[in-house]
Amino acid sequence: MTRRAERTQRIGSRAVQAGFLLVLLVLWYLATNRWGVNRLLLPNPVAVWHQFVDVLRSGEYLPDLRVTLTELAVAFVLAVTSGALAGYFVSRTRYAIRVFEPLFAGIYSIPIILFLPLYVLFFGLGPASKIVLGTTIGFFPIVLSTIAGFGGVDRALVTAARSMGASDYQLFRYVLMPAALPVILSGLRLGFTVALLSIIGSETIASLAGLGHHIVELAEGMDMARMFAYIAFVAAIAALLNGAVSLLEARGSRWI
Amino acid sequence: MNAAVQNFLGRHPGVVRLGVVVLILIAWESAARWFIDPLFIAPPSRVVASLGTVLRTPGVPAALRLTFFELAVAFAIAVVIGLTLGLAVGLSPFARRSTMPIILLLYGMPQITILPLFILYFGIGAPSKIAFGVTHGIFPIIVTIVAGVQNLKPILLTSARSMGASRWQILRWVIFPHMVPSFFAGMRLAMTGVLLGVLLAELYVSTAGIGHFTTMFTDSFDPTKLFGLIAMLAAMAIMLNETVRRVEIRFSRWR
Repeated sequence: MTRRAERTQRIGSRAVQAGFLLVLLVLWYLATNRWGVNRLLLPNPVAVWHQFVDVLRSGEYLPDLRVTLTELAVAFVLAVTSGALAGYFVSRTRYAIRVFEPLFAGIYSIPIILFLPLYVLFFGLGPASKIVLGTTIGFFPIVLSTIAGFGGVDRALVTAARSMGASDYQLFRYVLMPAALPVILSGLRLGFTVALLSIIGSETIASLAGLGHHIVELAEGMDMARMFAYIAFVAAIAALLNGAVSLLEARGSRWI
Repeated sequence: MNAAVQNFLGRHPGVVRLGVVVLILIAWESAARWFIDPLFIAPPSRVVASLGTVLRTPGVPAALRLTFFELAVAFAIAVVIGLTLGLAVGLSPFARRSTMPIILLLYGMPQITILPLFILYFGIGAPSKIAFGVTHGIFPIIVTIVAGVQNLKPILLTSARSMGASRWQILRWVIFPHMVPSFFAGMRLAMTGVLLGVLLAELYVSTAGIGHFTTMFTDSFDPTKLFGLIAMLAAMAIMLNETVRRVEIRFSRWR
């Protein structure tokens, strides 16, 4: 394909994307303003936009955002510490990998969100149950990727470094870490994403505060325009956080 | 003797794994029996003994059956729609470039935030849970199918065409066989997604289905029954995951 044809195609697909969004917006507008779809089912896009601006300007999201971010931060720190430590110690010997890796992988395949009612029973409706759920869900991708990262280091490299007289620290810092880091970082990113999702999810299901809780409150109050605006706000926050983590992942792989 | 034991364990790490699980169960049992308030935790022995009682609680078998039905229907719908959309998007480079960013954007959105909308549109019964499961399961299938079609070697298509194959023949004899591994990988991911979606919606609705019973057992501080119910759901999830995984292994051996 020539370069010009390629460029035309790229402009074409951008046009399709823009057109798709435009058609969606126009249909939404027409459905609410012309075809009389019930406002309780689908609020007017203009009203949603005004509410969105109002949500941003009023700053009423701050307490909920603080709750959710605190839960997320604590859960992620706990998941990283426990997951990376457990993964590192398991990966020390081939035999431990063969014993524990299938165990972690097996539990990981259960939808852990099922444990939420148990956590609510143990830890109450407050932030504690969300933190523990986020930690549990974030733990498994992190531990599995740490095992895969350290376990996948080429044994020849380790033997070579040892025979050249590398100390334990040097071996870790200059051989194991650089080889394992990219895999571990992708596990950390995945752990962050699932912890975020599970925390918002558990706030939606049973909680006293937080972003997910606020969406449910608006839904139960049938305040549809504001609820749509708030959903967009939460989705934007999640996208921002995930984008930042992906960026850190790309940076981190280069850093060592 | 000692060397023989070591040798045996060295060849069978599964035995040690089983030992670890048994140790955890023993720790849990003793913690629940002697150290922790029985209002919050139940020892595993009592949970197993209570499985029968849970199943005899009026409404529980029906709720479990309904959940299984929702999972199966949501999975079937997700596979059919995902396969169709994935092929439609993947087979044309232009469609792929145009729509994949939109699909990935939607896939990346935290769908849990729109769960209240699903309940509003579809009610608290099975349809809302099926719909939520479908939206969770559909994206992994589309993405893996598109990736699978994309990995097709262009030379295969060119040679098939130059030998005079029709569109249908190319689809049937070149594209389909090549898609099989990615299709089943997508099915496995879709099952994970469907389980998440359906169970989230089930837990969210506290007036009917599984969510009603988990809320009831939690409020009445009946951890034994709560553990039992959750263990049954976990068993259902493991069984479904395992089925899909077996099918995947079976069908990706073909080449």
